[in-house]
Amino acid sequence: MTDTAAPPAGAAVDLEIDRAASNRTKVDLGAVAVVHTRHWWRWTIAAIIVFVLAQFAWSLVTNDRYMWGTFAEYFFSGPVLIGIGYTLSITAVSAVVGFLLGTVIALGRLSKSALLSSAAWAYIWFFRSVPLVVQIIVWYNLGYLYPTLGLGTPFTTDFWIVEFPTVQLISAFAAAILGLGLHQAAYSAEIIRGGLISVDQGQSEAASALGIPASRRLFRIILPQAMRSIIPNATNEVIGLVKGASVVFVIAIPELFYAVQVIYNRNSRVIPLLLVAVVWYTIITTILSIAQFYIERHFARGSVRTLPPTPLQQARRWLRVQWARLGEDAPGADAVTPTTGKAQA
Amino acid sequence: MTAVIAETATRGLVEIHNVHKSYGGVEVLSGIDLTVQPGEVVALLGPSGSGKSTLLRTINHLESVDRGSVTVDGELIGYELRGEKLHELHEREILRRRTQIGIVFQNFNLFPHLTALENVTEAPLALKRLGRDDARELALGLLDRVGLADRADAYPRQLSGGQQQRVAIARALALKPKVLLFDEPTSALDPELVGEVLDVIRDLAQLGTTLIIVTHEIGFAREVADRVVFLDDGVVVEQGPPAEVLVAPKNPRTQEFLAKVLG
Repeated sequence: MTDTAAPPAGAAVDLEIDRAASNRTKVDLGAVAVVHTRHWWRWTIAAIIVFVLAQFAWSLVTNDRYMWGTFAEYFFSGPVLIGIGYTLSITAVSAVVGFLLGTVIALGRLSKSALLSSAAWAYIWFFRSVPLVVQIIVWYNLGYLYPTLGLGTPFTTDFWIVEFPTVQLISAFAAAILGLGLHQAAYSAEIIRGGLISVDQGQSEAASALGIPASRRLFRIILPQAMRSIIPNATNEVIGLVKGASVVFVIAIPELFYAVQVIYNRNSRVIPLLLVAVVWYTIITTILSIAQFYIERHFARGSVRTLPPTPLQQARRWLRVQWARLGEDAPGADAVTPTTGKAQA
Repeated sequence: MTAVIAETATRGLVEIHNVHKSYGGVEVLSGIDLTVQPGEVVALLGPSGSGKSTLLRTINHLESVDRGSVTVDGELIGYELRGEKLHELHEREILRRRTQIGIVFQNFNLFPHLTALENVTEAPLALKRLGRDDARELALGLLDRVGLADRADAYPRQLSGGQQQRVAIARALALKPKVLLFDEPTSALDPELVGEVLDVIRDLAQLGTTLIIVTHEIGFAREVADRVVFLDDGVVVEQGPPAEVLVAPKNPRTQEFLAKVLG
């Protein structure tokens, strides 16, 4: 049966090939227009997402329980702005303390001295173990454990050189910085160490074969390369700190979150005031994320052959391509390249 | 002992005396003696694991030695002889002494975040030997010498393997070393790129710098080297002019190796 069926099938295929061949001779493949693949599933899913977002946006506008009037009233109010000031300054100072100390601890962990590396390890172990809130409360109440601090005879409380009452030395702000900074240092240390050990050993070797001193080797050769893996994690940490700074409410520092809490405890308008805080946190995070992008771009020098485009360049390119596509679909405008497409439009 | 050597030394005399080195109980170098005269070009050959690269790296103290000594112009690189004992030097002093010896690595180890030019100027600037302008001028001259003057502002990843290795050679030359070490400089390269790197090394051989080259390029060793040193199992098995060692090897292990390599 198969034997009898085979000849006509073969003949049909031959015919197909003949037709394709004759067709090819008519069309110049070098000059024909290209029709892009249409991705129907992508379009469907995108449409669903747009629909859901639109629905949500519509509810934001029409649902008056959001109380946008209250939101607007408090968005730029004094206590909120002062709260942002506290949030930003606590974040900035403890990030600087955390990352500087973290660098020292990371170098300690990488040290060949067993004593230094175990001390650094112990620091990280301790400060990762103690909950941040507990630490902040202890720093704030240090006067309870050590009423006075000073310099004097070792192993005594005979401070004959200088002596301070602890309460006076450690203000609420100082307690917040100490708590967040020391806590952050433990995490930063591991991030920085991770970055340093990700750089190929050959780099340090090559630098040391050239007689480059240890500090320059670190700051000029190793660290700039390590920054590529440090920056994304470090930005995570800083953004975490912005919101984590809200734990200092336990020692009554009026940062952003504490400020809105005080207000809504008074007027019971919880949702709009929480939204005030959320929008401000979003703005701060947005600025930090943009900064992250450009810092990463800076340290990407030499690690890729060509740097990725900035969002602005990307947006321009996208617009250009879309213009070109519009041109392509228009009647009589086949085979337009993106560049000529823009010119036509 | 060192004083006597220092009188006779002029520039780039390398003396390796009874060097031993083990890693975790396995002896890699088992008593190597080798003297390389100033301006001499020596090729180190031998099968994988014979200790060639380790020996090369003891010369600039990238590897410390367990026993024995390595001197360049009579000066110990990692140690100082005080009385009857060798005292390990502080890193600062090791770095200073090391600048007399340049090294070119198998996988280049260029600094990827610096341009070709910055790679070359880095060491003279770091050691404050030259100002910014002078360093730039020197670097451009060196890049020109390796045929890469037009790629001075390229980053290493934008260069081919052969070009990267030539930048690495220019970088090693920036401190005007007396001795240049090459650790399999062409092993990581595509075959068609090997030639351009060998050309540069050939030029250096004419200029009177002491060159010690670990290589698998037997043809190149025969052409450029004044002497071929054959290592196996951490000892020098045979050495002599390339015409003798490579053409009519006496030691059976050398014969076996050459038979394999030359196919």
